Amino acid sequence: MALTPVTSGTLRNRPGRLQEFWYYFRENRGAVIGLWVFAAFIVVALFAPILAPHDPTQQFRDALLQPPFWEEGGSLTYPLGTDAVGRDMLSRLLHGARYSFYVGIIVVTFAASGGIVIGLLAGFAPKWVDTIIMRVMDIILAFPSLLLALVLVAILGPSLTNAMIAIAIVLQPHYVRLTRASVLSERSKDYVTAARVAGAKQTRLMFITVLPNCLSPIIVQGALSFSTAILDAAALGFLGMGAQPPTPEWGTMLAEAREFILRAWWVVTFPGVAILITVLAINLMGDGLRDALDPKLKRS
Amino acid sequence: MFRYLLSRLLTFLPTFFGVTIISFAFIRMLPGDPIIVMAGERGVSEERYAELIQQFGFDQPIWRQYLDYLGGVVQGDLGQSFVTKKPVWDEFFALFPATLELSICAMIFAVALGLPAGVIAAVNRGKLFDRTLMSTALVGYSMPIFWWALLLIIVFSGMLGITPVSGRISLLYYFDNPSGFMLWDALVSDQKGAFWSALHHLILPTIVLGTIPLAVIARQTRSAMLEVLSEDYIRTARAKGLAPGRVNGVHALRNALIPVITVIGLSVGTLLAGAILTETIFSWPGIGKWMVDSIFRRDYPVVQGGLLLIAVMVMIVNLTVDVLYGLINPKIRKR
Repeated sequence: MALTPVTSGTLRNRPGRLQEFWYYFRENRGAVIGLWVFAAFIVVALFAPILAPHDPTQQFRDALLQPPFWEEGGSLTYPLGTDAVGRDMLSRLLHGARYSFYVGIIVVTFAASGGIVIGLLAGFAPKWVDTIIMRVMDIILAFPSLLLALVLVAILGPSLTNAMIAIAIVLQPHYVRLTRASVLSERSKDYVTAARVAGAKQTRLMFITVLPNCLSPIIVQGALSFSTAILDAAALGFLGMGAQPPTPEWGTMLAEAREFILRAWWVVTFPGVAILITVLAINLMGDGLRDALDPKLKRS
Repeated sequence: MFRYLLSRLLTFLPTFFGVTIISFAFIRMLPGDPIIVMAGERGVSEERYAELIQQFGFDQPIWRQYLDYLGGVVQGDLGQSFVTKKPVWDEFFALFPATLELSICAMIFAVALGLPAGVIAAVNRGKLFDRTLMSTALVGYSMPIFWWALLLIIVFSGMLGITPVSGRISLLYYFDNPSGFMLWDALVSDQKGAFWSALHHLILPTIVLGTIPLAVIARQTRSAMLEVLSEDYIRTARAKGLAPGRVNGVHALRNALIPVITVIGLSVGTLLAGAILTETIFSWPGIGKWMVDSIFRRDYPVVQGGLLLIAVMVMIVNLTVDVLYGLINPKIRKR
């Protein structure tokens, strides 16, 4: 086949990166559903005070453990029923989305930014620094994540902020490993050598030349650890080591509901459904992101 | 092979020391005076305070404290529980069989269902069955297992009354528990029905703890099988006229198993983290519940010792998986 000379015309016809990404992402129907659910989740998280019919901590003493409206004894005033002290379940769930969203954003931001910087350092620094960094990450990974988070919270004191710090620390090594691995495979490529020969400084090489080419797996990891963060924060809340009552955090709500499981199914079911749907949507989206961003797995 | 083993061991040792440093640092990281913090609301008399300072060696320089601690660890001395006054080491190994029994059952559950599910999904790729199975697996993977446990209790214990809610065996039975494995001890005891009772108590915790590994194994088996099924030797096997069952079940599965076994080995950490939640919900007297209870009781020597023992256990399992992987797959060894 004869080589066609690349003209500026053909270059302009090439779809943009975002468009190409969307093309592959759209192919995965589950991922698109996940994206919509996640978008709804964000809307709920942002506008919870407007959407919620009641204050999430207000106790309606004349409506204790009232069932959802479609059950006998339920009413539309409290569409999803009330909990043991008469708080509106729907309002609490909507406000709970805020905490989960907050946890996800903060944890992923801290874990990813810390992990990326340390990973870049490990990839570019001399061998002995790399070895030390990776051994430290091995040490953190030797502890089951939830256990380490629990113990950290035991040291720092139980609260949502401390739970987030603990989860971010526990999730960080994954970013370090990923970043380092992609840096190592990129570092020896020609374009990096070219930049180096052209006189680029080390920091420029790290953050401007190499990092953008390592981002795909990190973005996928970001989605996956968003859901892990939500799950772990809920688990810590459930064990009494995360957000403290009366905060309407989903895990904490489940912990409070435990003693009523055989009497009032709704106080137990709804917070769990909320966690499951959110985490599932994010995981679906993460799968789609991986398919769309990782060319090695594309169309496999 | 020897060199490979040696290199794995050489990475094990620094990690081990790192883990001891973390568990050593744990009590010292508590904000404020560690003795006062540990005493909590109980308070502490002045004589007892001096005694404790000496007992913990807080009057020594920090490196000396660490060396003493390390010396103790190597000899199996992890200090004493504040609450029961028993050595932490003894408590750990008295409770560990309960966790091990539950973990083994959960793993059997996960492998027995996940492996065939993954194979069938791969063979029927893209069909309704595959899609249903993989969606289910993703739901399982996203499951908050503490909520899953509560749901199962509502349905199976509350509505249907089939399974008990907590504990390892009905209070009607009492026998010595020398091995720590309730199923085995119930079987060899001469009490009728004891084994069934123990088995009943295991059902829900097993399902709860096994759910996430089940989903992971099913997904991993499917993708490993898909990769293998496109290999030339599979086509050859098919062309030879071998039965599909034999091609998929023997030729393909055997080659797809390596990554699956690795995933199984590496999910030990996940199992232990899951055991913390599962044991707490089902009042299962294992090390997960023990750790949570100790954190709430501020029984810090137990938390410190348990943290170390669990981490070391995870490390040993990971090392074993690594070495086995090297044994099976020579390509890894050469790296």
